[in-house]
Amino acid sequence: MLIRVDPEKCNGCSQCVRVCPYGGIDVHDGKAVIDEMCNLCGACVQSCRFGAIIMELPSRDDIDTSAYSGVWVIAECSDGAPKKCTLELLGEGRKLADALGVSLEAVVLGADVGGLGPVLAHHGADKVYLCDHPVLGHYRTGPYADVLTGLINDKKPEIVLVSATSQGRDLGPRVAARIGAGLTADCTGLTIDLDERLLQQTRPAFGGNLMATILCRQARPQMATVRPNVMKKAEPDTRRPVNIESVPIHLDERGVTTKILEFVPHNTGETVNLVDAQIIVSGGRGLGKAENFSVVRELADTIGAAVGASRATVDAGWIPAHHQVGQTGKTVQPKLYIACGISGAVQHLAGMGSSEVIVAINKDKNAPIFDFATYGIVGDLFEVVPALTRELKKALS
Amino acid sequence: MNIVVCVKQVPDTTDVRIDPETNSLIREGVESILNPFDENGVEAALQLREQHGGKVTVITMGPPQAEAILRHALAMGADEVYLVCDRAIRGSDTLATSYTLAKAIEYLGEFDLVICGKQAIDGDTAQVGPGVAERLGIPQVSLAIALEVEGRKLRARRLLDDASETVEVRLPALVTVVKQINEPRHPPMKGVLKAKKAQIPVLDAETLELDPKLTGFAGSPTFVWKIFTPPRRARGQIIEGEPEEAAKELAQKILGLNVISIS
Ligand SMILES: Cc1cc2nc3c(=O)[nH]c(=O)nc-3n(C[C@H](O)[C@H](O)[C@H](O)COP(=O)(O)OP(=O)(O)OC[C@H]3O[C@@H](n4cnc5c(N)ncnc54)[C@H](O)[C@@H]3O)c2cc1C
Ligand SMILES: Nc1ncnc2c1ncn2[C@@H]1O[C@H](COP(=O)(O)O)[C@@H](O)[C@H]1O
Repeated sequence: MLIRVDPEKCNGCSQCVRVCPYGGIDVHDGKAVIDEMCNLCGACVQSCRFGAIIMELPSRDDIDTSAYSGVWVIAECSDGAPKKCTLELLGEGRKLADALGVSLEAVVLGADVGGLGPVLAHHGADKVYLCDHPVLGHYRTGPYADVLTGLINDKKPEIVLVSATSQGRDLGPRVAARIGAGLTADCTGLTIDLDERLLQQTRPAFGGNLMATILCRQARPQMATVRPNVMKKAEPDTRRPVNIESVPIHLDERGVTTKILEFVPHNTGETVNLVDAQIIVSGGRGLGKAENFSVVRELADTIGAAVGASRATVDAGWIPAHHQVGQTGKTVQPKLYIACGISGAVQHLAGMGSSEVIVAINKDKNAPIFDFATYGIVGDLFEVVPALTRELKKALS
Repeated sequence: MNIVVCVKQVPDTTDVRIDPETNSLIREGVESILNPFDENGVEAALQLREQHGGKVTVITMGPPQAEAILRHALAMGADEVYLVCDRAIRGSDTLATSYTLAKAIEYLGEFDLVICGKQAIDGDTAQVGPGVAERLGIPQVSLAIALEVEGRKLRARRLLDDASETVEVRLPALVTVVKQINEPRHPPMKGVLKAKKAQIPVLDAETLELDPKLTGFAGSPTFVWKIFTPPRRARGQIIEGEPEEAAKELAQKILGLNVISIS
């Protein structure tokens, strides 16, 4: 891989100097000069308005795959703690690293995130790269991609795992495109083929009707975004050694083009969070209208469950979108999932199929949901669900 | 304002069914449609044109049949459409697709905004939009639910997993849009008739000066190694009886699971 400055086009404006996260470029005699600090992250290429910095991407067969080693997990955090999806990546990453006999390393980007280092180490990271800088305080594609690309180009991990969250699915493809790596989206299964030292990446396709296993033979790293709530979380072990490397970062707010004007967390207003819920009661189009969600809510309140919904009810405006379970909604994995008036389309199944016990109440005995429900009642939900609520109330009081 | 919208032809996955006997995909009767999120993208572009003037160009990369969705875009009101089509680009993964689309956008000349759908419903990767933005060297705003342009500034509200945020970037930029951003218009009869007769220009690998190492199979680091039907959950037990009785029995089963922890 090569990066160079075209002196014909460079006018010495210094924009590239401001954006370089590694201090690897400077202006001498009115022209940009790249030195050995350069990390090949490509931030300068992007920032140059005159097309004066040129990076040549490697062709596939030039890559020496043996130069890449280690499994990386890109951490996401909120309020100074790693998110659940990150602990899941560490759990999965540990298995892959052990299978390959390499180290598991975590990368944290953020502002004042030093406290995360030990937590990530206790959850299985042999090493933590700490990218701590005020500019990284709130996620923005540009600076996150610059720092991460530089670090990948420098350290050369063979596998990079990113959570398939709104953040990871924004960052992953940007970084993969810049380094010419393969990226498999929204994986639900990861295994190692030891013969070829390849990551086998399995993911749903065609709306969950089929599964596809994707390989990436020639390019490195092998990158994947991993669906939250599918992999098992790593358990902490405070006896594990803590090994933290601080990555020097020279970002400048002036070089960042994206400004955050407002950030509003969704106020779910519900007592229980859908994604972490042990029990979920979901309503579908069978409810008939928005007000009838009360039937579902009452059962949910009785047994301390979260309220879920099919897309049809969200589309109809009966309930806000953050209640939606399924392919385009949330993936949930409760111990008990009670579906009321839901037909059980594959796209809905994609989000709740790994629930331990599934209960279906539907008046159509041919509804697909009965093909995978643990217990089913064929009947009118307006009779069955209130009766069930009464029974459970009685038993629990 | 020059807006380029990237659209993709996809099979309507709501129609896709699995044959339980053979465990294979039943493709019969499955229609090819304009990716729903991309239809929202075309609508968003048309609305911006209505506010600010300019031109809406819609492009797709795909087989000759993909023409159909370009006609749909024309009927909706797009000014120009292009089909990126060549044997050399078959087998492209998201990386190679991003490269190829970016080359096409550059070929078409000056632009202010590129719009993609959040994801295509066949692959559901959501990777092509950010990939195109990277290749073009412009900022990206994914998951937009509202857009507003003022001078050279674009303000967008983004719908995140558990929050929403408003960001501002300078044009040119790329956005990907979610379904809730708008309600796509039905093409007017006049538009449909005009679109039917339109000639669809084709851009091939030579015209776009594509590097054969970066497109098609050669430019795709990932490949599908195997496809299989997901393991199915077993069919469970139907609880029979009158609603009251059935509910009673179900309540016992639920209590037996020992998952309720109400104080
Ligand atoms: C790209 C794509 C992504 C999608 N993503 C999702 C997703 O994330 N989540 C999702 O849920 N869907 C998703 N869908 C939509 C999905 O295909 C279905 O359309 C949707 O799940 C159907 O919702 P439903 O079961 O509530 O409605 P319906 O399919 O209309 O089913 C209603 C059911 O209620 C029963 N019923 C009616 N009245 C009563 C009564 N009184 N008592 C008992 N039963 C009754 C009926 O028999 C019927 O089975 C997606 C589709 C596409 C194309
Ligand atoms: N072959 C293609 N031609 C044009 N646009 C595409 C193509 N593939 C993907 N896109 C665009 O990229 C978005 C995301 O697609 P994907 O990454 O495949 O989920 C789509 O909504 C389209 O806007």
